[in-house]
Amino acid sequence: MQTASIFSFHGGIHPAENKAQSLQLPLGRPSLPSELILPLGQHIGQSSRPLVKVGDSVLKGDAIAINNGFLSSFLHAPTSGTVSAIEERLIAHPSGLSDLCIILTPDGKDTWTTLEPLNNWQDISKTDVLAYLSEMGIIGMGGAGFPTQVKLQGAHKNPLTHFIINAAECEPYITADDMLIREKTLELVLGIEILQHLVEAENVVIGIEDNKPTAIAALKTVLTQRNSNIQVAVVPTKYPSGGEKQLIQLLTGKEVPSGQYPADIGILCQNVGTCVAVHDAIKLGRPLISRFTTLTGDALNASQNVEVLLGTPISHLLDYADANPNALHRLIMGGPMMGYTIDSPLVPIVKTSNCILAASKKELPTPAPEQACIRCGMCEQACPASLLPQQLLWFSKSQEFEKAEHHNLFDCIECGACSYVCPSSIPLVQYYRHTKSSIREAREANVKSDLAKQRFEARKARQDAEAAEKEAKRLARQKAAPSKTTDAKKATPAKAAPAVAEPASDDSKKLKVDIAIGKSKLKKLQKQLLEAQEKEHVEDINSLQLQVSDQEKTVASLEAQLANVAQAAPAAEATPAPANDELKKAKIDVALIGVKLKKLQKQLDESPDDQELKDKVAGFEADLKAAQAILATLGASAPVASAPKAAANDDLKKLKIDAAIAKAAVKKVEKALKKAEEINAPEIDAIRQQLQDAQQRADELEKALANPEAATQTAETTTAKAESVADSANADAAKKRKIDLAIAKAGIKKAEKNIQLLKDQGKDESEINASEWPKKLIEAQEKLATLESEQPTPATAKTETKAVPAEAQAAADMDLATQIKKEKIAVALAKAQINKLNKRLENSPEDTNSIRQEIDAAEKRLQSAEALLEKLIHSQTNMQENR
Amino acid sequence: MQMVILATIPGIVVQTWLFGWGTLINLMIACITALLSEAAILAIRRRAVGFFLKDYSALLTAVLLGVALPPVVPWWVTVTAVAFAIIFAKQLYGGLGNNPFNPAMVGYAIVLVSFPVPMSQWLGVQSMISAGETLSFLQSLQAIFHHLPVIDSYTMATPLDGFKHKDLLDTQTAFSSIAALQVPSLNGWLWVNLAYLVGGLALIWLRIITWHTPAALLGALLVMSGVFHLIDPTDTATPFFHLTTGAAMFGAFFIATDPVSSCTSNRGKLIYGAGIGILIYIIRSWGGYPDGVAFGVLLMNFAAPLIDYYTQPRTYGHKKAKSGLKVGEDN
Ligand code: SF4
Ligand code: SF4
Repeated sequence: MQTASIFSFHGGIHPAENKAQSLQLPLGRPSLPSELILPLGQHIGQSSRPLVKVGDSVLKGDAIAINNGFLSSFLHAPTSGTVSAIEERLIAHPSGLSDLCIILTPDGKDTWTTLEPLNNWQDISKTDVLAYLSEMGIIGMGGAGFPTQVKLQGAHKNPLTHFIINAAECEPYITADDMLIREKTLELVLGIEILQHLVEAENVVIGIEDNKPTAIAALKTVLTQRNSNIQVAVVPTKYPSGGEKQLIQLLTGKEVPSGQYPADIGILCQNVGTCVAVHDAIKLGRPLISRFTTLTGDALNASQNVEVLLGTPISHLLDYADANPNALHRLIMGGPMMGYTIDSPLVPIVKTSNCILAASKKELPTPAPEQACIRCGMCEQACPASLLPQQLLWFSKSQEFEKAEHHNLFDCIECGACSYVCPSSIPLVQYYRHTKSSIREAREANVKSDLAKQRFEARKARQDAEAAEKEAKRLARQKAAPSKTTDAKKATPAKAAPAVAEPASDDSKKLKVDIAIGKSKLKKLQKQLLEAQEKEHVEDINSLQLQVSDQEKTVASLEAQLANVAQAAPAAEATPAPANDELKKAKIDVALIGVKLKKLQKQLDESPDDQELKDKVAGFEADLKAAQAILATLGASAPVASAPKAAANDDLKKLKIDAAIAKAAVKKVEKALKKAEEINAPEIDAIRQQLQDAQQRADELEKALANPEAATQTAETTTAKAESVADSANADAAKKRKIDLAIAKAGIKKAEKNIQLLKDQGKDESEINASEWPKKLIEAQEKLATLESEQPTPATAKTETKAVPAEAQAAADMDLATQIKKEKIAVALAKAQINKLNKRLENSPEDTNSIRQEIDAAEKRLQSAEALLEKLIHSQTNMQENR
Repeated sequence: MQMVILATIPGIVVQTWLFGWGTLINLMIACITALLSEAAILAIRRRAVGFFLKDYSALLTAVLLGVALPPVVPWWVTVTAVAFAIIFAKQLYGGLGNNPFNPAMVGYAIVLVSFPVPMSQWLGVQSMISAGETLSFLQSLQAIFHHLPVIDSYTMATPLDGFKHKDLLDTQTAFSSIAALQVPSLNGWLWVNLAYLVGGLALIWLRIITWHTPAALLGALLVMSGVFHLIDPTDTATPFFHLTTGAAMFGAFFIATDPVSSCTSNRGKLIYGAGIGILIYIIRSWGGYPDGVAFGVLLMNFAAPLIDYYTQPRTYGHKKAKSGLKVGEDN
């Protein structure tokens, strides 16, 4: 046994300890109450799900509720008896909430179920031990009630330098841990040893305040006997040295970075109660069904510590400790600093209840009326988090939430030291809690509206893409139909060419849109996650993390599809063999996704309420659909073995873009890999795999790029030939088309004008989108595009001899037109984005910089799209003139 | 607040002993004015009068003004100063805790600017040597409520005044020629300052104020006067002179530490105190007023919020302190 070095932390206070009262009497064991009330949500995370029905009889130690997801825990019967009800009951909560509780009527026999200790805990895998702990209902018993197995799992992120056992118990009045150490010293040490086996930390330190000499002596004796290398660090008595972050600072000199967990700096903290519970579970097979609780306060004649069954109503304990109802002024769950008043003595003891303080009026007088803050700075001197409580108060009162956040409101641990020293008796912590929850609410509302907006935009993009696809198909059909009248043999390739090229490029367009949406979603999620981490929203963090990884997967798969499609398009056109390969791959994809989907759906059937699962299923369904679409495209293209040369030029460009995208993807993955390596994340392998895939994709694309370049030349000669022949056009048809074109253009202008009008009227985007004009605009644009691409159709009216070159010409024109259309859409999209960003800029001045950047990027995009468009139109007119 | 008032007692005792009853009479007038105006305004604002009177803040303002004003200043000067301090500098800003400026110093500055003549009437120090000449209680009363011409013979400039108006004489001549700078007088101010030093140290010891502001203020004053005295020993006063005359100690421990209008973080307090110290030296040496505490404090009151924003302490778990107003990405 060694003693550890001690550091210190800023601030802190020395309130009257009042610990002696509850240490006069030995540990008490109250009798069985007439009923036990067992809330299903005793821990942080999702409530447990009941395993029993009303009327079931259970034995002591039987599991009566099962965990509900990752961040959840089990619950066991504290004694034998019958389940008399499962209903809402008042629980111990600052706001006096109710929660679903299993009500157990004891049969008085207290018969244990068969206990199965985990004797081979040293031999089986650690994951299994953790799972066992979860099944035993072990959660952190210090305060928050974080499921222990989750915390231990998190500790595996980094190699641990310190495993700290929190025995500081710095709150006045409470002596439950003190008593526990005295009574169960050996169990505690054994429990620590089990945990150390699980986490393998370099140092194991018990942090204990110097006001518990008996407990310290007991610990030291046992540790010396066992020749243990567990260290005991005796820290000076100062509130709040038992706060997790403060104890870490005291024992290691390190600070937990804001928004992170101790595990992130290689530290794990466990409460003494938890260690004993771990021992009992593994060595004795006993689930967590009782705990040590301090009953104290001047209103009790027999203040003492008790080992109490979970679910025991507090009124029962008050009777046991001989409460004087006349003297009872305030009933507090927890200590005087961080505890909260409970209104009803009928609430039960739960896994985290360390103290019941039945205070008399003299002990805890009604707080003096609040006076004005005189900015004396006492609070600042006392704050262990080195905050400026007086400034936070000011911002809380004036609802300046941003400033409050800027002053690190969310680093406040709500220890109450500031309120304690404030000469103006300001309940500072209450203000902070309120402000924190207001900020959280505002944030959630933001997230919700963002989600709604995202959904709307995604739907719109999808509809647009679908419409474009339909249009393209219609076009293809239209073009194919007249060619049927010509020489069937020669028509086939011409017909096949657009049929293949069109859906492929449309698909890729759709995919690109999807990817963009997916990425923006991902970004948002990551931001949310970051925020959640900063604010220690444990529940949010978990679900967000899952969402982020899901989203990442979706984006990756979309990108893979894009690469596939991009590859498929030229490949299918160039040689049949790769197309077959692609086909095979696509089929495998579909099958794989299908299998995954089925699995997930099965899971979903089991737990229909799981939102995460639902999301996942939805994601996979989307993936499946996309994959099927690719398959269909490929299937269509596969039998076509010809090489439509006219499309080669366009393909080349597309290929180049795709190659660039693939390279960017490689870079991104590389970056992610680096980052992952830095933090030593478990996903490294997956990321490496991704990197390889991405690189392969890039390589393939570049190869493909080299191929068509050769093909282009042939294509160019063909095009030239075609152009030279196809110089006479049907004059009438041309005139008619011109009129149509004019009409379509006028339609576009009108739609644009109307949209502008709406905007000027201050309608916001969704309203504009809801109006018919955007739709009309798009329709008109498409009409225009169609018309422009239809230009060469008169060629069909020509003689058979001219049909072939005319068709080739048509194909070339067609591609040009498609591209123009594409660029036009791109221009429109970029413009819309800029508009949107500008609006956002007005609404949220605090994000100016980032939005400006986005605007700049969008403007650049717009410019390049416009330049491209101009070039395309130019070449189109050139072509027409040449004819 | 109570403790701060109590801590002024040594200073008040010494001042009374040196300047006669005028100080105490001033204090009485100031306290009554303060309580009356505070109560009146609270009543008009429909606040709980008794409750807020008990926070002692009005009384403290009155005490600080009472000892800062010259002992035989006419009663209406005191009343004006206190009433202005309470009504305008404090209550109209929203009451205690919301006033950006130190009320006592606002009141002081107002009368200093408005009534410069009575404000310069510091009595020649009635030291132990000329004990017989101390103004009697009655004389003081008369001086305060009816202008007593006889008083004029007793009044004289403070050493700082003397120093300021020494014109072209060098320090040596100034010291010997100006009566106020003669030993008893200078000693008198030394005693006053020592008394306030004792009171101030007690406040620090009782953890009612922190050491940061006074230490920074006196340190800055010391450094400024030291440097300039080294550069030009003939034309500037010694650091000792600067630290022990006028309202140096009183300002450092009782005025600059007013929590409401000063900086909050420890780093901020250091900057704030040093700023006042520098300003005091500048005003004393080159400004138009003999002493600079009031204006130094008021000027730094302006800067306090800004200093606060840039001197946030480093919060637990953050690599560096945040600063500025904007919510940045830094943390
Ligand atoms: S302790 Fe109270 S009165 Fe003093 S600065 Fe803090 S909040 Fe204001
Ligand atoms: S409650 Fe928050 S602001 Fe107050 S002392 Fe504790 S950590 Fe600091």
